[in-house]
Amino acid sequence: MTDSYGIVTKVRQKRISELLIQDKRLDGRGLEDYREIKVETGLIEKAAGSALVSLGKTKVMAGIKIEMGSPFLDTPEDGVLTVNVELVPLASPTFEPGPPNEDAIELARVVDRGIRESKAVDLKKLCIIPEKKVFVVFVDIYVLDHDGNLFDSSALASILALMNAKMRDYVVKENGELEFKPNYIKLPLQNYPIEVTMAKIDDKLVVDPSLEEEGVTDAQITVAIGKNDEICAIQKSEPGTFSVDEVLGAVNISKKKAKEIREKALEG
Amino acid sequence: MLTERKYDKLVNEQGLRIDGRRLDELRFIKIDVGVLEKANGSAYIEWGKNKILVAVYGPREVHPRHLALPNKALFRCRYHMAPFSTEERKSPAPSRREIELSKVIRESLEPAVFTELYPRTGIDVFIEVLQSDGGTRCAGITATSLALADAGIPLKDLVVACAAGKVDGQIVLDLNDIEDQKGEADLPVAIIPKKNEVTLLQMDGILTQEEFERALKLAIEGCKQIYIMQKEALKRKYITAKESIESESEETTEEEKQK
Repeated sequence: MTDSYGIVTKVRQKRISELLIQDKRLDGRGLEDYREIKVETGLIEKAAGSALVSLGKTKVMAGIKIEMGSPFLDTPEDGVLTVNVELVPLASPTFEPGPPNEDAIELARVVDRGIRESKAVDLKKLCIIPEKKVFVVFVDIYVLDHDGNLFDSSALASILALMNAKMRDYVVKENGELEFKPNYIKLPLQNYPIEVTMAKIDDKLVVDPSLEEEGVTDAQITVAIGKNDEICAIQKSEPGTFSVDEVLGAVNISKKKAKEIREKALEG
Repeated sequence: MLTERKYDKLVNEQGLRIDGRRLDELRFIKIDVGVLEKANGSAYIEWGKNKILVAVYGPREVHPRHLALPNKALFRCRYHMAPFSTEERKSPAPSRREIELSKVIRESLEPAVFTELYPRTGIDVFIEVLQSDGGTRCAGITATSLALADAGIPLKDLVVACAAGKVDGQIVLDLNDIEDQKGEADLPVAIIPKKNEVTLLQMDGILTQEEFERALKLAIEGCKQIYIMQKEALKRKYITAKESIESESEETTEEEKQK
């Protein structure tokens, strides 16, 4: 992320660099280590699904709401999925109230791309009447405490909230109206993408950058990996560059880390 | 959509695509430099059916002033699509897609610009897509680096962009709109050719690691072909300028003779 983040003092910058030479980091992690991941789901009863993810001191909540609406013209038989991010002002001194800025929009779109391209939600099954009525799934991401790596924490919170989501079972009546049944069903999910972000600092790739590390990052890359190890989305951000070998290395690392997170956070 | 046609296959048995291209073939690209009168630098690119106009203003005073940076120029980018550039009318208000693209385009170009030479100033890039047909961000980046050069802003190198992707199970170069929408994956890449460094990398769709590697290399090959066209376009501007000055001076000498 850019702007007035990470005003990291020169002393700290130097320390980060000195440690990186020995493949070490400020908080004692190795280059490819994540901070501790904690997940809780179903905390918000009024939401169809919800999840709270802590990644070290970063805290992100995602809530799911399901409504009825019209499909997009070019996909008349698909339900609609929308991802929105709120960088809530209580999460960081640099977040301000108001409409989403470019950082929030990029974050939402990268999380959206991971879910959409991996076909995590089977949108075909969310169609009620083709061209007329479909379910609209809202994924609202609420950043509560910003200590770095919002991409991975938001993506993880989103997929966990989607997995947690329930909707009332229904039948479509002849007049096109819905009749809801008393029981609940899960959202039709078929893939579980995990996003892995790496920052390039002093020509080294560092997994899960903290806020301080983001402050000295040259370039950043986020890779979304699906359940079969496939790559579903990539986003390079920050005004720096990567060599081709660094990109290929990053993809390799993300496959490995995604597998770990999937085992730890999704299947646990 | 009045003009939409249905395509059963995006790649036929002969390995040709819907617009007749081979898998690793670029669309026709035409670039002109210095096409606008008032801008400090400008470029126009036609890339397939894409038509994009880019203007660069600056280095100039920054507005609002508090945004000015003490150690380098503030580099800003606005990617915008004209309402008539797409199949359905696009609202002229900036969409979320345009805001994201403005950001990644800025980040793809800034590494090549010596912003540190112009502290407290601003460099503003305006990219207007007049007609879009897939791959507008790549065309926009390619044209913008020329407009920056045209503005006389020192660059480490031109930045050049091109996409590769997967269509009908095949890795292909430079996807058009239909291939982008119906295909399996799209991978836009921008590079600084001299340093062989990647400055823009996005992907959506599904690729295996091996396919990704092939697509990335193919996109970079495409970039290198376009880099040659970029340099030619830049030279052409000065050759044309030189010729017009020479013909003018010939006319004046003839006039003097007659006197």
